[in-house]
Amino acid sequence: MKPRTFDYLRAKTLADVFAVFEAHGDEALILAGGQSVVPALNMRLSEPAILVDINRIPELDRIELQGGVVRIGALCRHETVRRSDVIAGHVPLLVQALAHVAHPAIRNRGTLGGSLCNADPAAELPACALALGTTMVVESASGSRRIPASDFFIGFYETSLEPGEVLVAMEVPVAGNGEIHFFDEIARRQGDFALAGLAAVAKCDGGRLVSVRFAFHSCGDRSLLSPQLSAVVEGMPNGAVDGAAIDAALKGDLDPPDDAVTSSETRLHLAGVLVRRALAHINSEADT
Amino acid sequence: MMKRLVTLSINGEEVSAAVEPRMTLADFIRSEARLTGTHVGCEHGVCGACTVRVDGRTARGCLLFAIQCEGSEIETIENFGDGKGADLQQAFVEHNALQCGFCTPGMLIAADELLRDDPSPTRQAVREYLSGNYCRCTGYQAIVDAVMDVAERRRRK
Repeated sequence: MKPRTFDYLRAKTLADVFAVFEAHGDEALILAGGQSVVPALNMRLSEPAILVDINRIPELDRIELQGGVVRIGALCRHETVRRSDVIAGHVPLLVQALAHVAHPAIRNRGTLGGSLCNADPAAELPACALALGTTMVVESASGSRRIPASDFFIGFYETSLEPGEVLVAMEVPVAGNGEIHFFDEIARRQGDFALAGLAAVAKCDGGRLVSVRFAFHSCGDRSLLSPQLSAVVEGMPNGAVDGAAIDAALKGDLDPPDDAVTSSETRLHLAGVLVRRALAHINSEADT
Repeated sequence: MMKRLVTLSINGEEVSAAVEPRMTLADFIRSEARLTGTHVGCEHGVCGACTVRVDGRTARGCLLFAIQCEGSEIETIENFGDGKGADLQQAFVEHNALQCGFCTPGMLIAADELLRDDPSPTRQAVREYLSGNYCRCTGYQAIVDAVMDVAERRRRK
């Protein structure tokens, strides 16, 4: 339970990080909060030649309101984001979701960028990124590019980051007037990975649901949007619930894995429970 | 791998040692600073026995490398007592909130952070805050009792 030997470089700038990638290629690994990377190192599931520590690159840990978006630096810690006034005012979904992420000591260190790049299918933040329509800002030695969350998570622990690219920030559209955010998950214990989880962002107008994005975690090989479910509920009067159509839509869009204790069928059922909770929440918020 | 000189502050005292980059903060505290109150259990961030404070917030000592903490202020259970959390320690004794004691340093440091953040927690909030600290002896009832008792006593002061 001790890692294999590795070299270590404390980066002061992104240029230092790019130089390490240039010299070591895929033998180099970024160390941010380390709350997923270090367990993998300690269990020797990961054996990089060099760790490049980005914790002291100052421009990566800011939260800034820039016009219609909140730009969250990739190095922002879960707990910092959860307590941020800017986030509470403009991205309430994240405040709700972050309370479900692991435990306080983990949230004090773990970073948003790290969780997104880790792309664990059971993690809360990729689902939030999808529901919020987040844009990932990525830099490399050759320039920068922006990737919509819907193109970022491409498989089991897999993102569309290319070798040598570093996620530097997330841009989240600020919540508009009348926008309703919902987050919930079902886990065996507080802080455990969810059996099923749901992040939803809805817009209501004139007693009807105008648009809703539903993003699920622990319901497939990655976090998944459910466009079929959106189609079922959009345009419905607030409070209307067509259970059969909801369950059919979930079956069409989600593909939960079986594991030793939880069947795919159970996870689908729990996803349906969460959707009903979300619709009830949206209905009660829309009334007020 | 070449050893590197790491200097950090542990409980207000500067500690320097040449260590491999792979040495965790928890191992540095135990084997270099010779402070063995920080316990090493699972070594992958699950059990919470190695919880310490790093620059004022709790962290897993097994999920940080000592070399990352260059220049940081570390506080361990040895820094408890003398008015800093001594009431929590006493309450754990009074409520039988420990048996073997392996989890206790981590429990105390986590409970201390909770009470700094929220002086009037509910039982549920205590359970949630301590959910990342495993006790395999007592169950958690007495631990929650002890934390609630300290919260109430501090409020009455």
